[in-house]
Amino acid sequence: MSNEAVLRKYRSKSKSAAVSKTIVYIILIVITLMMIVPFLWMLSASIKSNREVFLMDPFVFIPEVPKWDNYVKIWTKIPLLKFVENTVILTIVVTVLQLITSSFAAYSFAKLKFKHRNTLFLAYIATIAMPWQVYMVPQFIMMRSMGLNDKLLAMICLQAFSAFGVFLMKQFYEGIPDDLCEAARIDGMSEYKIYASIMLPLSKPALSTLTIFTFVNTWNDYLGPLIYLRSEEKKTIQLGLKMFIGQYTAEYGLIMAGSVLSLIPVIIVFLCLQKYFVEGVASTGLKG
Amino acid sequence: MDEKRVALLKSLESKSADLLVQIQKEDNMKKKQKLIAEQQHVQRQVVKVRSNQKISKDTKKDLVAYSFIAPNFIGFAVFTLVPIVFAFILAFMNWDGSNEITLVGFDNFKKLFTDTFFIAALKNTIIYVIGTVPLTMVASLALAIVLNQKVIARGFFRTVSFFPYVASLVAITAVWSMIFHPSKGPVNYLLLTLFKVPQDQLPKWFSGTLVLFTLILFSVWKYMGYYMVIYLAGLQGISAELYEAAGLDGANTWQKFKYITWPQLRTTTFFVVVMLTINCFKVYDIAVMLAGGGDGKLSTSATVLVYYIYQNAFNYWDLGYSSAIAMVLFVLVLVVTMIQFKYEKNLD
Repeated sequence: MSNEAVLRKYRSKSKSAAVSKTIVYIILIVITLMMIVPFLWMLSASIKSNREVFLMDPFVFIPEVPKWDNYVKIWTKIPLLKFVENTVILTIVVTVLQLITSSFAAYSFAKLKFKHRNTLFLAYIATIAMPWQVYMVPQFIMMRSMGLNDKLLAMICLQAFSAFGVFLMKQFYEGIPDDLCEAARIDGMSEYKIYASIMLPLSKPALSTLTIFTFVNTWNDYLGPLIYLRSEEKKTIQLGLKMFIGQYTAEYGLIMAGSVLSLIPVIIVFLCLQKYFVEGVASTGLKG
Repeated sequence: MDEKRVALLKSLESKSADLLVQIQKEDNMKKKQKLIAEQQHVQRQVVKVRSNQKISKDTKKDLVAYSFIAPNFIGFAVFTLVPIVFAFILAFMNWDGSNEITLVGFDNFKKLFTDTFFIAALKNTIIYVIGTVPLTMVASLALAIVLNQKVIARGFFRTVSFFPYVASLVAITAVWSMIFHPSKGPVNYLLLTLFKVPQDQLPKWFSGTLVLFTLILFSVWKYMGYYMVIYLAGLQGISAELYEAAGLDGANTWQKFKYITWPQLRTTTFFVVVMLTINCFKVYDIAVMLAGGGDGKLSTSATVLVYYIYQNAFNYWDLGYSSAIAMVLFVLVLVVTMIQFKYEKNLD
């Protein structure tokens, strides 16, 4: 092959590489726009008056006179503070309980040998494919007979002990070599000490992943609170926002202001933990 | 403690040996029988001491293991396992939640066949699953492949595509119903001005037959970021050497995808499809919020199984019938999951 031919081949190769790079970027930008435009619209509409929201010709992102008081008014139109308070309590308690009890149980399933281990774990696995909606009604009847109807405690009991959490943590712990625990046992460490001082510090990615899932699911849950929390002072932010939308269908600016406020906590939690997230998904075997 | 037990064991064993010697020497039958009985008793004690030692050690280990599991398992058993058993029983009962329960056998299930609203809900749910699962899978795989390349601001793109998944449904469905508003929304405005669609032919996104399409579109948008992360994790598990070798053989991008990426991602795809199917069958809040209007009531064109479970339980208090519908949902999920598992096994 002559020098020129090599050069030509190289050129065409780098040309096709450039073309495919361009295609990749076009796809990326289109998808990103699709993902982000609704959020930008939400932000923009939240500082507009009802008349301006649907004004297309000309469309302005920030109106000449931004209606910042949408963000003030929403707190007085509905007891938003109470809703936020309920949701924060619920989400934090559920997430903490979920992390502690799941990682605790998962350690036992992954690293200890004991009687009925497989049977007990099978009970968890069997329910993973069982949609909650299949047993939500009998669960409600049971909770009601326990006197938990219209109590935040019902929602905590419902969401804090999931099979999913145990499964996710167990998958992660199985990736940690047994020798580590064995060596600690020979040193005379108790199982509790091994869990607390060896396993827990190693499981940051898995714990972060589980935190994102639990936090997001609890914060955004709608059907659970809809069934259990009937009185207004018990409602969560999702129920409250939906109630407001149902009552004031045309208050677009206020609806969007409330929506923006309801998104802030999850976005913060996600941004803080996301650097562990892909790693967490990879190492917990969530990819199958 | 252990030393004590060893000493005890030793003394018992020597006693037993002594007795054996005595038995052999003894001529008196009555005395002999008495000695045999005593020897057997000692022998049982030996066994007891020996195995007791082992059992107590194992029991202690088991107890430690159980103490780890108990906090989660007790909650799980009470609030999940018990209601599941209850649900199976309830499907064959007639109950309004306060009066007496009566056994009705298969009556609840027979009623399903003639219930037009149930049939509409079943049909819509199945159409929704068939539409959403493949589309979400393809979209999330494509996005994952693109985001696995070395591109500028990769972290930013990844984060953004995850936003719809973490965002609350109430908030984003509110935005969607504004953006796709039939008369005022920007989507229809663009169709009207840019694509010259006549005013009376503008799509009514949230009613009639189009509503299922909107639900599918929304679900793909919301969930593709999540499954993208799973695919991304899968892609990172593929060895770069495979691509290098294929590159040396002159394989183009499509061939690399077809012969390396796709087969290597098989277990990931399997997982994604199973999870997607289970999640899609559970659809409820998306339908209620996008198609339910102010009062959250769904008509036959947008109704789904979980909505009808909810209606029968908490509006009509027909718990038996509601559980029967729940069983249909369960069987559907189970059958589809089993078919997928079988298919996956056959490929091996």
